[in-house]
Amino acid sequence: MDIYKIIVVSNTALQENVFLLKCLSSEIASKILPGQFCNIKVSESDFPLLRRPFSICDVEGDYISFMYEVHGEGTKLLSHKKEGDLIDLIGPLGKGFNYKSEYETAIFISGGIGVAPFPYLTRSLDGSIPYKIFLGGRTENQIHTYGLHNYEISTDDGSMGYKGNVVQLFEKHIPLLDKSKIKVFGCGPNPMLRALKELCLLHEINCEVSVECAMACGFGICQGCPIEKAEESDKYYLVCKDGPVFNIKDVVI
Amino acid sequence: MIPDLSVEIGSLKLKNPVMLASGTVGYGNEISEFMDLSKIGAIVTKSVSLKPRKGNPPQRIVETPAGMLNAIGLANVGLEEFIKTKIPFLKEVNSTLICNIAAGSIEEYVECTRILDKEEIIKAFEINVSCPNVKEGGLIFGNDVKAVGRITELVRGVTNKTIIIKLSPNVANIADFAEAARKEGADAVSAINTLVGTSFDIYTRKPKIKNITGGLSGPAIKPVALAKVLEISRRVDIPIIGIGGIMNWKDAIEFMICGASAFQLGTVNFVNPAAGVEIIEGLINYCNKMSITNITDLIATYKI
Ligand SMILES: Cc1cc2nc3c(=O)[nH]c(=O)nc-3n(C[C@H](O)[C@H](O)[C@H](O)COP(=O)(O)O)c2cc1C
Ligand code: FES
Repeated sequence: MDIYKIIVVSNTALQENVFLLKCLSSEIASKILPGQFCNIKVSESDFPLLRRPFSICDVEGDYISFMYEVHGEGTKLLSHKKEGDLIDLIGPLGKGFNYKSEYETAIFISGGIGVAPFPYLTRSLDGSIPYKIFLGGRTENQIHTYGLHNYEISTDDGSMGYKGNVVQLFEKHIPLLDKSKIKVFGCGPNPMLRALKELCLLHEINCEVSVECAMACGFGICQGCPIEKAEESDKYYLVCKDGPVFNIKDVVI
Repeated sequence: MIPDLSVEIGSLKLKNPVMLASGTVGYGNEISEFMDLSKIGAIVTKSVSLKPRKGNPPQRIVETPAGMLNAIGLANVGLEEFIKTKIPFLKEVNSTLICNIAAGSIEEYVECTRILDKEEIIKAFEINVSCPNVKEGGLIFGNDVKAVGRITELVRGVTNKTIIIKLSPNVANIADFAEAARKEGADAVSAINTLVGTSFDIYTRKPKIKNITGGLSGPAIKPVALAKVLEISRRVDIPIIGIGGIMNWKDAIEFMICGASAFQLGTVNFVNPAAGVEIIEGLINYCNKMSITNITDLIATYKI
């Protein structure tokens, strides 16, 4: 990890409030792994003060991109960055997905903007392993298919794809899969991850998730981002350093 | 010309007045990836307690205008683990090491200091009597002039190293506390720890941090911190280490003018983990521009 000032190549709206920020940085592009994140200073002033963590969305050559939803002051400022602007960022941070381990089929499950790490993750499989993606959202405009292939969609209101939540959609597919030979990668809001955990424990499915958490530093010095360990312990994991990717069995979500 | 940046805090000589504040640099490992810690005047460890502390449940932090609230709850590895696994790294860093101690009872402060006094690498103790985020200890002592005096006296009894008492701003007259510390043999005081604050979600009506209240830090508290440093400086004859909202060299100089002999960087480390060395550069340039040959010539030079 290091501090970089990198140049914005584009910052385009994918949906009304979802953007793709693309920057040039050969250093980060050559180092960052799927599931890791960068901590971006969205403003040059002291307000907002803290950096904002964003998962790496994609890496193509020397270009890196981040997908983000505008939901507060910080992300609003980020959405104003233009081609040629400089962005101050710390990265790569955290531990990414263990996508190279033993399994025969990869399953990706996302809720809303939780899809952000999947373009790079699926690209990194490099065609070596068959995979399927399940994308969920409350409504149609929470479905983001940028950089993805092989997906099925669910929306809570039925405005697109299967009507219901994405964990239910995945559950319908379980009978078609060899449970012992798949690995699930999940990212999304906590209620979705909790449902996913229950399902994966029930079916004894191997699953890794990327969790979200408020962060101050993003690299392990503030202790601001604890997550409870599943086994009784006198310590917490730190999301920014021990995660953000965890085996779903290891943490209380 | 390179000005002389060295300062003295009691018997402790620092190569420059830049210190990294407790709880904002862990035990040095991570931040060493961003800057050369050997350039920094001193590093203050995360508060160490006799036994490990798990700390508060999440959510522990929330951002506020130009600042943040934290309720970490003194999460730390405990004294034994600190000596075994954290001191070896800190030994390799060629900076002055100050150990910050937190405790739930007066006896625990004394016991921690007594044990850590044997560690040669530790050059000074900063006694945290001002953490707002734990039930016992911390602020209970920090709010009680007699308790602060008593803790200072007893800790003084078990170490000859430099003792710094870290004061709370959540009191009516901070100078009274500085005076109590001075009288009982403290070498310096550091001010300020965080200010008690809170923040609520207006839709759920719930506090944004689980502990309900937290400690406010960052640029938002700088004017308060400066006023506290100035108050102590005008009333009590003791070296002061200024803390609170320092983001750059200008803020740091402001603290020195208001009476600080040295200063600590806290929240800024989260945003710019290279701030420490950048501020040293800034101090040098300022001294040159102002024809200051010894940075100590700046201390408490307010013109009121
Ligand atoms: C996340 C966090 C953790 C802290 N932990 C401690 C601690 O363990 N012991 C202590 O004495 N002060 C602790 N502090 C207080 C800082 O050392 C400092 O006094 C305070 O943050 C004000 O300085 P700043 O505005 O530069 O951050 C902590 C502050 C923050 C933000
Ligand atoms: S965000 Fe600071 S330790 Fe994780």
